[in-house]
Amino acid sequence: MARKVLTLAEVRDGSLRNVSFEAIAAAKTIAQGGEVVSVLVGESVQSYANELFFYGADRVVVVEHPNLKNYTSDGYSQALKAVIDEEKPEGIVFGHTALGKDLSPKLAIKLNSGLVSDVVAVEEAGGNLIFTRPIYSGKAFEKKIVTDGIIFVTVRPNNIQPLERDESRSGEVKAVSVDIKDLRAIVKEIVRKTAEGVDLTEAKVIVAGGRGVKSAEGFKPLQELAEVLGGAVGASRGACDAGYCDYSLQIGQTGKVVTPDLYIACGISGAIQHLAGMSNSKVIVAINKDPEANIFKVADYGIVGDLFEVVPLLTEEFKKLKVHS
Amino acid sequence: MNIFVLMKRTFDTEEKITIVDGKVSEEGAEFIINPYDEYAIEEAIQVRDKHGGEVTVVTVGNEDAEKELRTALAMGCDKAVLINIEDDVEEQDQYTTAKVLAEYLKDKNPDLILAGNVAIDGGSGQVGPRVAELLGIPYVTTITKLDIDGNKVTVIRDVEGDEEIIETSLPLLVTAQQGLNEPRYPSLPGIMKAKKKPLEELELDDLDLEEEDVEAKTKTIEVFLPPKREAGKILEGEIADQVKELVRLLRSEAKVV
Repeated sequence: MARKVLTLAEVRDGSLRNVSFEAIAAAKTIAQGGEVVSVLVGESVQSYANELFFYGADRVVVVEHPNLKNYTSDGYSQALKAVIDEEKPEGIVFGHTALGKDLSPKLAIKLNSGLVSDVVAVEEAGGNLIFTRPIYSGKAFEKKIVTDGIIFVTVRPNNIQPLERDESRSGEVKAVSVDIKDLRAIVKEIVRKTAEGVDLTEAKVIVAGGRGVKSAEGFKPLQELAEVLGGAVGASRGACDAGYCDYSLQIGQTGKVVTPDLYIACGISGAIQHLAGMSNSKVIVAINKDPEANIFKVADYGIVGDLFEVVPLLTEEFKKLKVHS
Repeated sequence: MNIFVLMKRTFDTEEKITIVDGKVSEEGAEFIINPYDEYAIEEAIQVRDKHGGEVTVVTVGNEDAEKELRTALAMGCDKAVLINIEDDVEEQDQYTTAKVLAEYLKDKNPDLILAGNVAIDGGSGQVGPRVAELLGIPYVTTITKLDIDGNKVTVIRDVEGDEEIIETSLPLLVTAQQGLNEPRYPSLPGIMKAKKKPLEELELDDLDLEEEDVEAKTKTIEVFLPPKREAGKILEGEIADQVKELVRLLRSEAKVV
């Protein structure tokens, strides 16, 4: 059954987020041959349309308004509601990002619909669309179907393969004009606290520290390693509770759930609540002084040793590689 | 101020998950207040202590949740409400929970509603925004600071590690992010007092709802465990050699760098 499916494209720091291309790929599966329409919302965002075509969007709808400069649930829901009323889609795909998580439930209930959040795989089997998503932060998974209303979905970054980028693709761009008004919550200021814009949930490489890092200063060698690998730094609850780093870095059942290609756990013992947040990573490396540490049970490669000795050596080795390649 | 907290009872984070007859087994599991809801409860108590009023903690579930409601009362909430839909609703999702909560809240004139930003079991984070939309009030999710001055509210919202400073107003729904506060432990006198605090139990009938009003829009057809990760290779030898070997393996065997 062919369906028309919308995706919400998301711009961060002047470029489209990868998850927006992954959302297009998910939308293609949901559409089953139907049209995939990507929606750009913001103050001035039309220039991003081409990139969405390269990744498979059939058409792009743009909603621009000065009140859409910063994300607000009121502003964005007015914009998207207008597009939904006009396009009448059967499905809508968001990234499972701060924005997608905040906005999708509001629109879903407005349209009396269900919403399958944090989807890691979509398949069509026997006429049913089946969505796979983690529960208990990845300790288990469930398969869900939508039984009524519009198919609302958020997709977890780094899990659905985007289409091959193809610059020969193009399509029609349509502007929809909406008067965005009556915002009940206003963003006064945005304070950047993250470095370099590598977001934990989208990072391909994560270097994470636990209690073994011993201090805020102790995170420095981890940051250097992450930098060489183009990755992000994360932490266990132990490190956050001890005050070595901000809670926004916490990975685990409380905190963020991540699925990078490479996860390097430094001085992390491997409590069940931490493993829930990272054990679905593709490759796990553990560095820990204690050979009995739980983390070694899930690691693909382990080094029993002092992270303050191992991590700088590892950074040097990767630096050498970079020079050679 | 009329304050409500939306609470969920969940598995303890240290619990392992087992599946029996296609469902997550609750046999012998420890249950707790969803950790993010604990931040919501703590914040509600602090707001009440500062601005006056009353905190009502509400949950949708079955009678087992009475234990967690009593814990919330022992922390300092004034009243508890259990909306027990176990006998009336067969298939339940976030749509169901939000409809039930909104129906309960709609004539209570809430000034402030707090919830966790996500429950660590289902992990969808949908119920808060859905309830706010059904009640026609604004919401801000994943907050790490809340300041109320008359009707005016300033919050800090965590956005993937960055902070948004947001101005909004009451009535309002917020969802708590880690870092909002340090939830207190119930004190012994708190536990004693909690036993005498009101705990009301409601069913769908009491809310004038029929099962079809709250019927789920999604359905779980399978629950499964991820493939078990096998312990891999522990490297040996001099540390410097181990590091070289690790880089080689990551490149040529795992092919991730």
